[in-house]
Amino acid sequence: MGGRGNYLLLGVLILCGVASPWVGGISPYYFDILIGIGINIILAVSLNLVNGYTGQFSLGHAGFMAVGAYLGSALSLVVKFPYVAMPDWTGNILWWIPKLLWVIVAMVVNAGVSVHNGLAVGVEQLPHAGQFLIILIYGGLGAAFAGLLVGIPSLRLRGDYLAIVTLGFNEIIKGMIQNCQPLGAQLGLNGIPAWTNFFWTFGFALVTIFVVLNLVHSTYGRGFLAVRDDEIAAEAMGIHTTKYKVLAFVAAAFFAGIAGGLFAHFKQHIDPEAFGYLRSVDIVVMVILGGMGNTIGVVFAAILLTILPELLRTVARYEWLPHWLQQVAENRMILYSLLLIVLMLTRPQGLFGNFLGKGNLRKS
Amino acid sequence: MSDPLLRLDAVTVQFGGLKAVGELSLGIGAGELVGLIGPNGAGKTTVFNLITGVYAPTAGTICFAERSVVGRRPDQITARGIARTFQNIRLFGSLSVFDNVRAACNLHLRQGVRATIFRGRKFAVEEEEIRANTMELLETFGLAGERDTPCKSLPYGDQRRLEIVRALATRPKLLLLDEPAAGMNPTEKRELMKLIEFTQKKFGCAILLVEHDMKVVMGICQRICVLDYGRKIAEGTPADIRQNAQVISAYLGQEEGSTRV
Repeated sequence: MGGRGNYLLLGVLILCGVASPWVGGISPYYFDILIGIGINIILAVSLNLVNGYTGQFSLGHAGFMAVGAYLGSALSLVVKFPYVAMPDWTGNILWWIPKLLWVIVAMVVNAGVSVHNGLAVGVEQLPHAGQFLIILIYGGLGAAFAGLLVGIPSLRLRGDYLAIVTLGFNEIIKGMIQNCQPLGAQLGLNGIPAWTNFFWTFGFALVTIFVVLNLVHSTYGRGFLAVRDDEIAAEAMGIHTTKYKVLAFVAAAFFAGIAGGLFAHFKQHIDPEAFGYLRSVDIVVMVILGGMGNTIGVVFAAILLTILPELLRTVARYEWLPHWLQQVAENRMILYSLLLIVLMLTRPQGLFGNFLGKGNLRKS
Repeated sequence: MSDPLLRLDAVTVQFGGLKAVGELSLGIGAGELVGLIGPNGAGKTTVFNLITGVYAPTAGTICFAERSVVGRRPDQITARGIARTFQNIRLFGSLSVFDNVRAACNLHLRQGVRATIFRGRKFAVEEEEIRANTMELLETFGLAGERDTPCKSLPYGDQRRLEIVRALATRPKLLLLDEPAAGMNPTEKRELMKLIEFTQKKFGCAILLVEHDMKVVMGICQRICVLDYGRKIAEGTPADIRQNAQVISAYLGQEEGSTRV
């Protein structure tokens, strides 16, 4: 691709920007689906870097999305966090050691809190576009940091174990938000500005695809695939497997955080229930359906799986259809699940398999 | 040998009650071709796993180029210049022949993540360099025509060869070959012998060869070390080894009445 790829990305981004006001004029229903597609593309393509290319089964993508959504919304709503209180030093001297540890933790957390609070006040002064960009990236970086914290200890685990740890992380994040008063606890945050539009959503979708493809289609990126195919051989060939796994994990978390920010500023309301493990499973299904390690396939799967439930809803309303068919379409979620089962049975290599260029055997 | 490239000093490894390798001492000089033989379960592959850092020795030291490699990660040891192949071929199954070798070029990559994502001129120059080097390696080993073939669909002998090419892409000073002739027919074995000698000369690297096939080992090795039950029972030139009574008894069983040491 070389330098030409950069110009191509820039060109398409400008095109997105030009098209954005025009696309904003379509009916809200279709606009909702369109933005949903963009956000799902970001989520699925980034998760594909971990689950598809690097072969690590992560099941907590919605957790990172939640981090990005809440941190970003906290900035745009100028939510300030309270400082963590320092311990008092009265009482038994034996408690000093845990208290000292608490002081260290509190200092680190408070440093983060003051950065956040300062940023919340400062960013408010900027014009909306700049404000939103900073908010999205801030949410992404927060999610990436969470990814680093989770990734370093848990990426020693393999397969099912990693899936369980990441699933647990997802629930922990959800639980933390449910108990965090400044973030609205169970009720969530309301009145988030509606800044997400076609340009931001598809701009970042393009950037995600661009980064993942560039990363993978290079000598450096063959390392991810080597780790997936045979970790022992990869190590013996001088590939630092942990570094690769953590990098994939952190990069995926970053983009999930951005998707979370876009989601929050589109729906204008977020609550912890939106980021449960069902959401994570949705994203994993897109990756598997698209074909693990097939970015183009995953993009198509994300589009398909966003449209499909809506399509079934539309079909249910067609008067000229036989009544029983309408009834079937009415129960669209059952039909949707059935469809997934059939697809998994008939095409376990993914809907698109090697058809759209698995990315591995190409010259790149 | 005064200054060996690789030196194992009284290396012992114990798995529970089983002493897989016991007080093994072995030296390999730069550019030397050494054979490591022994009956099934003698601990040959364990020695490989010790050298490459897959297992840590229970006791003893392993030095490569005068620095201890004990406790290093396998990828760090490879970075110092020890590459290996595997007894049961471990290629990167989903990658093409070309990409298998390219994945191993990661070790000497100068461009980092940022350059990989944003792709400047330097990145393109290095990728081209790697492409050329990889193609040259593949050509040397007669695999250039198969560059885009999925590695799993190569014939068995070619897969073994590809493993050697991949190991050479890490630019090793010492190459460990784990039973490269396993499952080959006599013609393939003869070709393999030529290939190993050629590799040693062309790339100037020392080779430690684990092999069952006596013809292969006796034919090309300058020195042979024989293991039995994790212990070294003999070391010397092929001619010495052929006459060694202990080696013969280890392989063929001892005569009745004689005691085994």
